[in-house]
Amino acid sequence: MPSASPLLVIDGLSKSYPGVKAVDDVSFSVVGGEIHALLGENGAGKSTLVKMVYGLVAPDQGAMSLDGAPFQPRRPAEARARGVGMVFQHFSLFDALSVEENVALGLPQAMATGDLATRITRVSRDYGLEIDPARLVGELSVGERQRIEIVRCLLQNPRLVIMDEPTSVLTPQEAADLFATLRQLRDQGCSILYISHKLEEIRALCQRATILRGGRVVGSCDPRHETARGLAEMMLGATFTLPQRPERTDGAVRLQVVGLTLPAVSLFGVALADINFSVCGGEIFGIAGVAGNGQNELMDVLTGERSGPTNDAVVVDALAVGRAGPHERRARGMAFVPEERAGHSAVPGLSLVENVLLSERFSSRSGMIDWRAVRARANQIVAAFDVRTVGIDHVARSLSGGNLQKFVVGRELLTKPGVLIVNQPTWGVDAGAASAIQSALLELARTGAAVVVISQDLDELFQIATRLAVIAGGRLSPARPIAELTIEGIGQAMGGHHHAHPPAPPADAVERGINA
Amino acid sequence: MRNAMVRLEPRREPSRVMLYATPFVAFVLTLLAGLVLFWALGKDPVRALGLIFITPLTSVRGVAELLVKSTPLILIATGLAFGFRAGVWNIGAEGQFTIGAISGGAVALYFHPGGGPLLLPAMMLAGVLGGVAWAAIPALLRTHFNANEILTSLMLVYVALLLLGLMVQGPLRDPQSYNFPESKLFQNAALLPALIPKTRAHIGFLIAVGVVAVAHVLMTRHILGFMVRVFGDAPRAAAFAGFSEKRMVWLSFAISGGLAGLSGLFEAAGPVGQLVPQLPSGYGFTAIIVAFLGRLQPLGILAAGLLLGLTHIGGETAQITMSLPSATTSVFQGMLLFFLLASDVLVNFRLRFGLRAPVGVGGN
Repeated sequence: MPSASPLLVIDGLSKSYPGVKAVDDVSFSVVGGEIHALLGENGAGKSTLVKMVYGLVAPDQGAMSLDGAPFQPRRPAEARARGVGMVFQHFSLFDALSVEENVALGLPQAMATGDLATRITRVSRDYGLEIDPARLVGELSVGERQRIEIVRCLLQNPRLVIMDEPTSVLTPQEAADLFATLRQLRDQGCSILYISHKLEEIRALCQRATILRGGRVVGSCDPRHETARGLAEMMLGATFTLPQRPERTDGAVRLQVVGLTLPAVSLFGVALADINFSVCGGEIFGIAGVAGNGQNELMDVLTGERSGPTNDAVVVDALAVGRAGPHERRARGMAFVPEERAGHSAVPGLSLVENVLLSERFSSRSGMIDWRAVRARANQIVAAFDVRTVGIDHVARSLSGGNLQKFVVGRELLTKPGVLIVNQPTWGVDAGAASAIQSALLELARTGAAVVVISQDLDELFQIATRLAVIAGGRLSPARPIAELTIEGIGQAMGGHHHAHPPAPPADAVERGINA
Repeated sequence: MRNAMVRLEPRREPSRVMLYATPFVAFVLTLLAGLVLFWALGKDPVRALGLIFITPLTSVRGVAELLVKSTPLILIATGLAFGFRAGVWNIGAEGQFTIGAISGGAVALYFHPGGGPLLLPAMMLAGVLGGVAWAAIPALLRTHFNANEILTSLMLVYVALLLLGLMVQGPLRDPQSYNFPESKLFQNAALLPALIPKTRAHIGFLIAVGVVAVAHVLMTRHILGFMVRVFGDAPRAAAFAGFSEKRMVWLSFAISGGLAGLSGLFEAAGPVGQLVPQLPSGYGFTAIIVAFLGRLQPLGILAAGLLLGLTHIGGETAQITMSLPSATTSVFQGMLLFFLLASDVLVNFRLRFGLRAPVGVGGN
C-alpha cells in the first residue's frame, strides 16, 4: 500500500514556449511506493512536465519538492543524484557496443568502473530483467534493449522512476514481464510516474492517475475504478466512438506479393525470406510483429525505396511494379505511410505546404510547381483531417506527433489510392488522433481500396483488420481471418522467433567472477 | 551567481527574421572587429575601413574592378549552393574553374589568330563541359565507391593546378614566350566584350546575373529546387518521394562544376586574356564563403559576392596606401564567415537576458 507521505510534490509548475503554454499551473503529488499514471493526449504537456522533473527543461514558474526538501534540478545529473531516474521512449543505445559498455556510457564516471558487469547481473536478476552484460546490443530485441535502459536507471538506486510510454514497443508477454518488475519496484517503496496512452494497462497497473489536457490538470482518479472509455473521455474532454470494422468484402485482388526474398542491407538488418500475401479491394490486411522483425525492410520494398528482387515480386492491379521506384508506384495508384514521421514521411524543417509535394508533385511537364494547387491541397488536408496547426506555412516540426500523423495520413488518402500501405499508423499518437486515423483507413477500405496495416499494436489490428499475418525474423506467417484468432495466440506467434537464439548463458560469467 | 545573465532558449521554429538579419549582424561585427584590429596595428581604423569599403565605389574603375572580382564569385557560389543545400559537398570548384579555363582557352588557341562570332560561345561551352568533366570524377567516386566527395573534390584541385602548369609549359605554350610558362595572348574574337568601356569589366557579369535569376526560379518554383531542399533536410524523405540520391549527386556536381568551369573561362577570356599558371587565384574557395554568406540562396549570393568582391579590392587598396599586411583581405573574409556562423545560433535560439525566473527556493 502506498505510504501517505508525498515523495514528489509539484506546485504550480508552468512552462511556455513561444505561442503556446505547454504546461500551465500544474500541481499534483506522487506518494512513496505508488505507480502514478500521467494521462493525456499528445501535446497535453506530459513530456514537458516530466522533462522538468528530470531536469531537462527549466520551469518558468512554480516549485517542486522531493521528500520535503526543495527540488530544482538544472540538469539530469542533479535529478539522478536526488534519486530521480527516467526511462525514455526512444532508447539511446549503440548497436555495436556491448550491454555493459552501453550502461557505462550513461552512468557517472565513478559508477561506470569496477565490477559494473557484476552489478548489472545482480540488478537484472533481482528484478527479473534477464540480460547478459557481454552481449552486443545490436543482437538484442527491443524488449531486451528496454531492459538495458531500466537496469541503467535502477543501478543508481532511484526512489522515483519516470517511464515514458514503455510498452509501446513490447509484445504482450514482454509487457506482462515489465509490469511484474514495476510492481516489485513499487512494493519496495520506489515510486513510478508512468506515462502511457494505453488505457487498459493504466487500469491494470496504476493506483492513481493525473489527467492533463492543454497543459492543465483536468482531473485525477483511481483508474482501477474507471472504464477505459471513461478515462479516454476525461483525457479528450469529449465523447468519442470507436471505429467499426466493415463487413468482409471479397473484391478483386489489388495487391500481390510473391516470393519476396531479399538479403539484409546492414549488419543488424533483417533478411526477408519468401514473403507471400495478397490483399483484395475493401480489405484491411494486418501484419503483426515485434519491432525489428523485418517490418521496415518489407515497407521499403513495398514503397519502392528498395528495389524488389524481380519485377513480379510486387503486383498492383495486375501490373508488376517490383522494380519500380516510389514515384512510378504512386502513378499506379499506390500510397504509403512509413513509420517514421520525422524525416521519412515528412520533412521536419519544411512547411506543411511543401510537405504536400513529397507524395504528389503538382508540377508541369517542365517541372514548374503549381504552388496555388499545392496550397489548396494543404488547406484541404488540414480541414478534412482536423489537423491542429497555426497555419500551413509553419514547419512540420512545430506540429505535435498526432497532428503531423493526421496530416501525413490525410495527404496520402487525398491522392485517392487504390492500394495503401501504412506502417505503425498510430504509433506515438494520442487516442483522439488514433481513432480518427483508424476511421479514415476503414473508410478508404469501404471505397474499395486494399489497405495493408503493419503494426505492433495488437489491439489496433484486432479492431480494424479483416485478416492478419505475423512477421517474425523476416518471415510472414500464412494469413488468417481475424475471427479465428485471439490476441494471446498472436502474441505468442510474435514472440515465437524472437528468442530463436535463447539468451546465451554468460559463458564468461565465471571468469568475470559473477558466480563467485 | 547561480544563473547566467544571458541564456539561450531554443525556438520552436527557426526565426525567418534572424535568417536574413544575421548576415547583416555578421557584417557589423566584422566592421567592429576590423576597427579594433587596425587600432591594435597602430593604423587609423576609420581611414582603413573607408579605404576598404567606400573608396572603391567612388570611381568608375573601382566599380569595374568590383564587377570583375565578383563575377566568378557569384557564378561559382550559385552553383555550389545547389549542392550544399542538398548535402553534396563540392569543395573543388577551384579545380573545375581551372579545367574550364584550360578547355575553353584551348578552343581559342586552336583557332588562333582567327575565329568568328561563334568562337566565344564555343569557348563558353568548352569551359562548361571542362568543369562538368572534372566535377564528374568526385561524383563518380561518390556514387560508385561511396568515396567522400569533400576529400576527392578538394584533392583534384591540386591535380588541376598542376595540369594547367603542364599545359602552359607544353602543348599550349606560346612558342615566342622565351620559355615563360604562358599561352599566346587571346585573339580579339576570343575576348569577352567590355561592359564598361575602357575598363576590365566584361559581359560575364551580366551572364552571372542571368544565372542568378534562373537559379532563383529553379530554387523557388521548380521541382528540382524542392528536391534539393528535401535532400539537404531529410534524405530518407527524398527517397520516399522517389528522388534518387545518385541523380542528386550527379546533378549537384554537374551544376556546380559547369558554372565553375564557365567562370574559369571568363577569367581567361576576360581580365587575364591568356592562360597563365597564376590564373586560378582562389575564387573557388572564396566562393564557399560567398555561398554561405548568401544563405545558399541565389539572390543572397549576388549580394554576398559583391560584398566579398569589395573587401578584395578595398583590401588591396588599403594594403598599398596604408602599408597594411597582405593578409588583411583574408582576415576580413575569415571574420565575416566566422561571425556569420557564430550569429547563426540566433536563428534557432533566442537570447534571454537577466536572471532565470526563480524556481522554488534555492536548495543546498
